[in-house]
Order: sequence, then structure tokens, then C-alpha cells
Amino acid sequence: MSNKQFLTGAQLPYCKGCGHAVVAANTEKALQKLGIDPLDVVLVTDIGCHGIIDKNFLTHTVHGLHGRSSALAAGIAVGLNNPDKKVVVFAGDGGATIGMQHLISGAHLGIDLTIIVHNNMLYGMTGGQPSEFTPCGFKTPTLPEGSIKEGYDICELMASAGASYVERVVGIGDYSDSIVNALKAKGCSLVEVMEICTSYGVKSNPGMKLTKVVEDAGWKTKVFVSGKDHSFKKPVNSDTKNLISEKLEIEAKFTNNLTKPVSVMLSGSAGEGVQSAAEILAKAGMNAGLNVTKKGSYPVTVGVGFSASEIILSPKQIYYTGSSSPDVLVITSTEGLAFAKATIANMKQGAMLFIDSSLEAPETKATVIPVPFREKVGARNSALYSIFYLIHKNGYIPMDALKDVYNASKMAKRVAIETFLEF
Amino acid sequence: MQEIKKRKAFTEGSRLIAEALVRAGADTFIGYPITPANLLYLYGSKRFPTMLAAPDEITTLQWMCGFAIAGHIPVTATSFPGYALMVESINMAAIMELPMVIVLVQRLGPSTGTATRGAQGDLSVVHGTLSGGYTIPTFSISNMNDCWELAEKAVHTAVKLRTPVVLLTSKEMIMTLQSYDWSNLPEIEKVTVKKHQGNAPYLPYKAGEDLVPEFLPVSQNQHQIRITASTHDTKGILQNALPEAIENSKRLEGKVRKHLPDYTYFELDEQPDADRIVVSYGISSLATREAVTSLRDKGNKVSMLIVKTLLPISSKYVEIISKYKRAVIVEENLNGQLRQLLFGAAGRNGLTGVNAIARMINPTEIEEEVLRNE
Repeated sequence: MSNKQFLTGAQLPYCKGCGHAVVAANTEKALQKLGIDPLDVVLVTDIGCHGIIDKNFLTHTVHGLHGRSSALAAGIAVGLNNPDKKVVVFAGDGGATIGMQHLISGAHLGIDLTIIVHNNMLYGMTGGQPSEFTPCGFKTPTLPEGSIKEGYDICELMASAGASYVERVVGIGDYSDSIVNALKAKGCSLVEVMEICTSYGVKSNPGMKLTKVVEDAGWKTKVFVSGKDHSFKKPVNSDTKNLISEKLEIEAKFTNNLTKPVSVMLSGSAGEGVQSAAEILAKAGMNAGLNVTKKGSYPVTVGVGFSASEIILSPKQIYYTGSSSPDVLVITSTEGLAFAKATIANMKQGAMLFIDSSLEAPETKATVIPVPFREKVGARNSALYSIFYLIHKNGYIPMDALKDVYNASKMAKRVAIETFLEF
Repeated sequence: MQEIKKRKAFTEGSRLIAEALVRAGADTFIGYPITPANLLYLYGSKRFPTMLAAPDEITTLQWMCGFAIAGHIPVTATSFPGYALMVESINMAAIMELPMVIVLVQRLGPSTGTATRGAQGDLSVVHGTLSGGYTIPTFSISNMNDCWELAEKAVHTAVKLRTPVVLLTSKEMIMTLQSYDWSNLPEIEKVTVKKHQGNAPYLPYKAGEDLVPEFLPVSQNQHQIRITASTHDTKGILQNALPEAIENSKRLEGKVRKHLPDYTYFELDEQPDADRIVVSYGISSLATREAVTSLRDKGNKVSMLIVKTLLPISSKYVEIISKYKRAVIVEENLNGQLRQLLFGAAGRNGLTGVNAIARMINPTEIEEEVLRNE
């Protein structure tokens, strides 16, 4: 045991008889028993009476937001990634209520933290409101009839979430060995210290003894978990691959005769290759020396419903990646037709609507061209077929530029290109 | 003359953003999935030395603060619903003076709105994020080049000013694939967090003339570090509104404003004798550039201002716009958030907006508005 000081010696900022002062003294003693340097310790606190202890500690101190101390401390612990450092969290039962996710997740991930919950069964800083830890029958100033529900058993919760060391103690006298055990554990440890708020708890429950409250609530004062080695390993890879990869570059092997931008919209169904077809068409455009954009529209459930994509092919630089009305719209399914209804109504004279022969084209100014996409190659390949058909018909780029991109794609192994070259 | 070989890639802006952030010095990506920011999560997991999946967005920001306290430069990407959950923690990061970058990928609101539709509706939200009138430096991406360059500036500004920085963008920049010539991407300078040196007493929040206090992580054991989310003095100790503590809080805005000229980025393309100017930022800059090119091709004289440093609002923008009789501010939101930030509810003569929601503003409507006589 070292004689290093962890507390400044100034008076602690607590009411007479408050258990928070006992936690501070026990924490100092536990750290002395551990023989650690004060500046190898980071004390993380948050909002609540327990959290105003910072200036009395000679460790590093970080004072965060209500209930978030365990998450903030987790970031510090993983960020430090150093087993010689100790990150200690002071939380109240109010903070443990609002931030319970952070405590559970600390245990679940095995973050190297020691969390000391100061459980005085109510919100002391704000006037004595009940927390989710207030036990059945316990009265507070705002709940004079007493709580009608059980309080959380944070020890059971943390134990089942994967904490390495969990213990509940009654916050009277010397329990520094419990804190030592928690500090020595690898991974997430928690000590729940049972207290009674001298300002609100005692006054609202005259004559009630802390040990009796704990016993009546069915909260066991014992070690719940010990010796478990469940510790988070920080992933560090300083050799990740450059995202600016040459593999994404497309060198134009062909030329084109396009004099103005063309916007193409493919509208079909999920699972029928719309996005892949659009990507191949866009890449083929690049292969022919054009500037291109490609964007997808689909519901968040990507595997069902409509699937649409807009492609722009342009001999000029493309600034605007949108298109109010496409020059060419290709519809390959009923769902695609439903999605594109408004677009069809807005299409201009001179625009072209290629639509699967099985579907009836709505009224439009565009020239309607029925094509048996689905009948010819099946639903699954209908979108791919449509781009070959489109290039065959409109010749925006050389067919060889499209063939070249298709043959280099994964798709080519699945469906031979010849399938798409019968018009 | 030797022709510089063009290297055209087929890529989205999110790839450029992730790569640039790492090259600029960001080392940790904390992610919580949300459409349409998910590609940044994916690229974050491939490229950042450390990538962690957080269980929610409050945890995301708390972990980021923890990493920054330990000396790292963390990044996350989100959209409005996630950002809303982060707000209290972003306030904490700002008062703790922790460097980090939050890429905010805008989508259609309010509330969960439409996850897969782009938007430009969060400028007011970002502007009002910090309670008390403090500002988060905010950059807005207007094209693919900005994905690269502003990502770098975001990291540099975050580290230099010890502050969270928002990089504001939209679904279009993150998800749309395009042919992009990346052969001339400028080199990115890697920054590291500058640390206090020597054994002289260290006060965590004592700043010199530049108003930015020197940093020390909690990983060292020479100096005691005190950090708090509450109003605090230069020692980092919670204080109830003592003059020293209030001065410390005011310094937060002071440092962001003092250095603003160093990180005010915009693109000004002025035509001599033009009496009208089109102003835009973010996703609407795409249509604005197209509209201005087209207007000029038709013989119209028109100037263009693309705002890249959105917050704090630079008085330069007002000066530039004030020179023009007609000004049209283009943004994809209901009421013109930049327009109101620049000119208030009263507006000014000759100032109008082109606004839309749930769809991209197209170049034609911008052209019509610019030519309309007000």
C-alpha cells in the first residue's frame, strides 16, 4: 500500500453523513492499495451530487453529461489502450437510469472500466425524485406514498451483460477491498454502493435503516461475478488500403459521336438487375470517352419493390447530376411503371419511352416503343437486355464499348453476352 | 507541351471524403448506421486505423469525446435523426474543446422524413446546435473536389481550433456514382494534435493570443488534466458563473471568430458589369453551376457565389452580395435558411430564393428566377 494522496485533503462537498464521502475515501484507499500513480488514473464523473467530487481528486478528472460517464469513459479507456492506466467512473442511480445502455454496453464489450454506482435510491441534486433504482415502498419528497415498483438490480444486469467483476456493498465503513478487486479485474467491473440520502431519503423514511431497505428490496450484498476475463481489444490497423484505387479507373478505349447530354432512366423491379445494368451503361459511357453519372432510387428495403436508376451520358462536364425529365425512359416491370408514372407524364416531345410489351403505356408526349424485354431474356435479365437494346437502337456509344464493359463484369460469367445481342 | 494523363474513376464522393479525412490526420471512425450516410460507415471501416461500431448516436459522440481526450482525432457520419441525438454531446465536445469531425449527410425531414431522399434542410439545425449562440465551424460540400478539399479543411480546423467541426453534405454527394478525374487531387497535409511542452505549470483552459488553449491528453502523467462539460475556469474546474469562467465560455466563440478569415472558403465567379448574382451551397451548387453556364452561353451577364464555409457566416458574403441589384439564393429547403442567416427575416430589395423540398432544384428554374425582374 502506497501513501500517495489521491484526495486533496480539502473538505468534501457533501452533506453530513452522506455516503458519497465514504465512496471517495474508499476509492482513495483502494488506489493506494493498488500502488498506482494518481496521474495514471482518470476519474470520469457526471451530473449528480456524486459528480461534484472532481476538484477533490488529484487524478485526471473528466466531468461529463448526466448519465453518459460510462460511455465517455469507454472512449477514454479504448483511446488510451494502455493496461497501466485505470479509468474509474463515478455514477449515481439517476445517471445509471438514463445511461443504462452505456453501463450494459461497457459490460457487453468488456471495456476496461471500473464503474462505482452511488445508489442512494433517488435524485438528490434535484430535490429527491425517484429513480428506476428506488425500491418498492421507499418514499421520496415527490413520492410520499412510496414507490410501487421494484428498483433495478444493476448487479444482475451487469453480470448477465458480461461484466468481469460485479459486487454490491452497503456503503458504510471500509469496503476498499471490493474496489481493489474491481480495479484489478480485466474488462468492465462494477461496484454498487448502497447509500441513503441524508437530505431526502432519511427525512422521507424516518427511522428506516439502510441495511433493512437493501434487505427488504431483495438486493444481495455479495460478489456476483469475479475472475472473468472478458476484455475489449482495440482494433488498430495502421496499414489500411488507399481508397483512391486504380482499379476504379476506366480508360476510354472507344470514342463517341454524342453532341449533347443524354439522360436515361431505368425503372424496374428489385432483383431484376436494374442497378447493375445502370452501372454497366455508365461505365460503357466512360469507356466511350463520355462523362457520366449514375444514381439509384429504391425503397429502404432494397430487396423488394421498385428499383430505378438515372444515368447521364455527356460529352461535356456534368455539373448537375439530377434530371427533371429523362430523354430516354426504360420500363421493364409493373413496379417500374408504377414508380415512373409521374416521370412519364412529364416527358417531352422527342423523348423515348421503351416499355416492356406486357405493359400498357400511360399517356405521354414521348415516343412509345414496346419491347418484349421480359419475354426475350426473362425477368431477371430484363434490365441488362434493355441497355443493349437501347444502344443498339440509339447508338449513343459504340456497341463494342458496352460489350467490353459487360465482358469484364461479374455478370458475364453468369449470362453469356450473346443472350443480349438478339434484337 | 506534355499532356497530363487523365485518370478518370467511377466513384462516389464518400470515398474521397473518407480517404481525405484519414490523410488529414483523423484516425478513428465511430459509426452508427443511418441512411444515407452508410457508405461513409463502409469506407470508414475499410480505411480508418480504428473503426468502432457504437450502439447508438449518443454513445457515438461520447466515445468520440473520450478518444479526443486520449489524444485522437475521431470522425463520425450521420443524418438528421442521428445528429439530433448527438446534440447535447456536441455541446459537451465544444465546451471541452475536443477536435472531431461530424459528417452530416442531409436527408428529407422533418423527423425521420424520407431516408432515401436528399435534402438541404439542416443548416438552421447546425447553426442552433450550441446553446447560447456559439458556433460550430461548418463546411458545405458543393462538388466532388470539395469532398477531398473540405474534408481536409474540416480536420485541420477541428485540430487547430480544438473544436467539433461539421462537414455538411447530402445523399447526392455520398451515393451518386460519377466519372471523376482524380489525377490532380492536391496533396493533403497530415496534422497532429499539438501538445503542451515542458514542465511549467499547465492550465488546461488557459489560452494565449490565439485563444486556443494548448492540449495535453490524459495519457501523460506529468500534468494533471481537468476537463468538464460544465462552465469552468482555466483550471478546468466547474464554476458557477464566476467572471473567469464566463470569460472562458466567451472565448469559445472568440476563437472560432478570430480565426474565421483563415478558414473562409468560397468560390466567387464574377462577371464584369453583371447586376445579378446567384448564390448557393451544397447540393444546389450543382444545378447553380449548370444554370450559370447556360445563362452565360445565352449571353446573360451573371455572377456566382458558392459558399463553402457556412458557419460562422462571414460578413464577406454579405459584402459580395450587396454589390448586386438582384441576388438569388438557391437551396433545397422550405424557406431559404442561408438567405435568412445572411439577411434576416426582413430580407432586402432584389433578394429572392429558389427553394424546393423532396426534389433537386433544376437549372431551368434557377435561370428563370435570375432573369425574372424583381
